[in-house]
Amino acid sequence: MQLASLPDAQLVARCRGGDEDAWRELVARFSRYVFAICSQAFRLRPDDAEEVFQEVFARTYQHLDKLRDDEAIRPWIGQLTRRLCIDHLRSSSREDIVDPAALPGGTDEAMATLDEAFAVHEAMAELSENCREILDRFFARDESYQTIGTALEIPSGTIASRISRCLARLREIFEGRNPAADASS
Amino acid sequence: MTAYDEQRLAELIKALPPAPQAWVEAAQELPLARGRLDHIVARAEADLAFRDALIANLEEALRLEGYEPETIPLDELRRRLED
Repeated sequence: MQLASLPDAQLVARCRGGDEDAWRELVARFSRYVFAICSQAFRLRPDDAEEVFQEVFARTYQHLDKLRDDEAIRPWIGQLTRRLCIDHLRSSSREDIVDPAALPGGTDEAMATLDEAFAVHEAMAELSENCREILDRFFARDESYQTIGTALEIPSGTIASRISRCLARLREIFEGRNPAADASS
Repeated sequence: MTAYDEQRLAELIKALPPAPQAWVEAAQELPLARGRLDHIVARAEADLAFRDALIANLEEALRLEGYEPETIPLDELRRRLED
């Protein structure tokens, strides 16, 4: 089984066993999530976000042996990131720093949205590679039709219709994985 | 409109842009950095002159011994040398 398709618990077990490739995959798997918590939920400046980002993974690596539930690595990393962001904001003496309590909608709402986003990105793994690339490049990487067309060697004039089809397929997959989402339609 | 229509899914894809590649690579190198750190600490414990040189000027002492300071978690190394 490819590392990218390993369930979280098995990936954590491999990391704990000293598998460096598994660790690289774990960082890749959660890097967007940690980055988004730092930069969106807590609006840290890039240099502060980078410091917290590295600290999150350093502590994750240090604490692999102490995890109570390997399957819960994602919420564990989420809470760790949240705590380190708050610690960072509170320990900063800068006047331009944002008070987490003053963020609009609060961080709870932002965290909930990022959890949903993570679930959608997980569902994207079930798309064809082409669909996954198109959606990620267009929405998450903010690339133009022309850039995507060149990179994937497809006519840029067909990108819009491909995006539409891929989103429809993603919706089917996501609702299949989350019946509650379908029921709320 | 539904809870997870295409527009909502697009927003959620957009909510997780990639982290800067250099940040990801630095975090992925942690096990290697940890190995280098353990090696340096073991050497410092066995060689007091090396330990003194590290305490006097950490980055310079590392360079003189052929290490690349930027590939080592220096704050943690300082903590471990103080212990």
